[in-house]
Amino acid sequence: MASPAILLILIFLIVPFVLAFGLSFTNQRLLSPNPTEFVGMRNFEQLLGMGVLKLEPLPAPDEQVEGSDPEYPPLRNFTRNNPDYPHLNGMREWFSIPWGQDRVFVLAQDVLFIKALVNTVLFVAIVAPLQGGLALLLALMINQKLPGINIFRTIYFLPVVISIVVVSLLFRFIYDGNNGLLNTLLGYASFGAFKPVDWLGRTDTALAAIIGASIWQAVGFHMVIWLSGLQTIPVSLYEAADIDGATHLQKFRYVTWPGLRNTAVLILIVITIQAFSVFAQINLMTRGGPLDSTQTLVFQVVARGYEKQDIAGGSAISVLMFVFVLCISLAQRYLTRSKD
Amino acid sequence: MAGSVFIARRAGTAWSYALLILVALIFLIPIVFMVMSSFKPDQQLLSDSGSIRAFLPVGDLSLQNYVGAFERVPVALFVFNSVFVTAVTVVLSLLVCSLAGFSLAFLNWFGRDTVLAVIIATLIVPFETIAIPLLLMVAKLPWISTHGFEVGWLNTYHVQIIPWVADGLTVFLFVQYFRDLPRDLLEAARIDGASWWQVYRMVIMPLSGPVLATAAILKCLAMYNQYLWPLMVTQAEAYRPLMVGLQYFFQLNIAWGQVMAYLCIVSVPIIVLYLVLQRAFITSIASTGIKG
Repeated sequence: MASPAILLILIFLIVPFVLAFGLSFTNQRLLSPNPTEFVGMRNFEQLLGMGVLKLEPLPAPDEQVEGSDPEYPPLRNFTRNNPDYPHLNGMREWFSIPWGQDRVFVLAQDVLFIKALVNTVLFVAIVAPLQGGLALLLALMINQKLPGINIFRTIYFLPVVISIVVVSLLFRFIYDGNNGLLNTLLGYASFGAFKPVDWLGRTDTALAAIIGASIWQAVGFHMVIWLSGLQTIPVSLYEAADIDGATHLQKFRYVTWPGLRNTAVLILIVITIQAFSVFAQINLMTRGGPLDSTQTLVFQVVARGYEKQDIAGGSAISVLMFVFVLCISLAQRYLTRSKD
Repeated sequence: MAGSVFIARRAGTAWSYALLILVALIFLIPIVFMVMSSFKPDQQLLSDSGSIRAFLPVGDLSLQNYVGAFERVPVALFVFNSVFVTAVTVVLSLLVCSLAGFSLAFLNWFGRDTVLAVIIATLIVPFETIAIPLLLMVAKLPWISTHGFEVGWLNTYHVQIIPWVADGLTVFLFVQYFRDLPRDLLEAARIDGASWWQVYRMVIMPLSGPVLATAAILKCLAMYNQYLWPLMVTQAEAYRPLMVGLQYFFQLNIAWGQVMAYLCIVSVPIIVLYLVLQRAFITSIASTGIKG
């Protein structure tokens, strides 16, 4: 009786999953004239290859003005077939930091991928605690015994049923630099002191703006999961705490939070997995820009594997992504394990 | 003394409501804005969004944007596609996953626990990581239809349905629910000579209302709001769902009024469904979290 489901999961989930692993070790491209070959770890080396190079400034020409930026030898001298630096071959600059008189250049084989990886990790690292925490706050607010509280629960959950596709487009309008609602509201709140910002068009705000829209859409979902956790805590514990004269904060610390331990693990893992797969928001709001500041792993998987038909490259990123998700899930499980 | 405690409590309640309402506004403002804007001509929409008028039904209101959206996109076709794909997937999913859940919860067969463990493990595989190989695969799968034997599933309904029928979460929900049912019911039916199929149909299913509702709602939300997969597998307009239709609005000049109208067309059905069944919606989400 289980066979239809097992068969379907096998064909449409496990086989493609194994296939992703297999393809990531090949050079498969759609519509390639060359036969597919096994290339071992090459795709992964291409993605993850990084190097560091410390350069001294070029001797300054005499007429150089005091205080102007020193010049450095061009990086391509080292990264283009330089026999002394074979490990840097083909790499490009990711970023550089000053190091005394010198400058340290951090190079990567695939700068775009590294940026996507860093952005995704940043996105997860911000969204998981923030969304989980806000959801808990909302759940605590909704858990009060007040007349009409269900109306608020209904409203807070409402964005969850709306597609992230719709939310992304709506927020594109809200974040608009000229007539966007957010700028208008901030202008009102600050009595006109606030200068309008093109939220999605600036490298320092675009990712934060996408995080905001994502949390707005999904926070109600996790609020409800917290709420069901809150309601499993026996009322008698709170009554006992009241008799002992516990404050609100103490009640939360010693009664509520210990009772939510399992819920917390679940929520953290669920949000992490969802946040790792961030795609629709990026695709519809920024397409990775401005200046790759919102590139993410799944966006790169689709951009390479689907749009550029570089199946092997896309699969290699997929595999790495799965490995990250697995490690983080296991780590979270381990770190939040019950101490007894 | 008693009076001041009463006043303090009243003040506390007032603060609670103020906070609740403030947060509610954060969630409502974008939605109200979307609905109001869908009735306004582009020019007014843009100028209104600089003021409080953005949230009010004022000015030149009309259904012109909806007319425009219907002209630009075959809305009726896309609504049909979305509803058809969602409905068929939900029904098949309930059948297939409840059968699997029944077998995994009640029957003893070799490898059962391993299979269940693997099914649960699939929950941490994000769909996006298997999307590309799955796409390659379905492009080569055979299919038999009224036109005879075909190779390749792209641009069909079944490519949007069959990969989504069975999933780890739904199977797991059923297993979890069935394990909590009293076993004596089942054993009584077996002693009376019922087959496992009869037990499933006549004993277990009538008791499974809550879990069926949960699974149906979760599947319905996931399917209706799906984006990446239909985007990849439906190059032909005839099979596209509503979400993919949004692309039609982002050519040279974005007509924001029409976009807002289309967003309303896409969202309002599911919002209405939610408001009607909200208790069931919220219980379903809550029940996914109980055991962790």
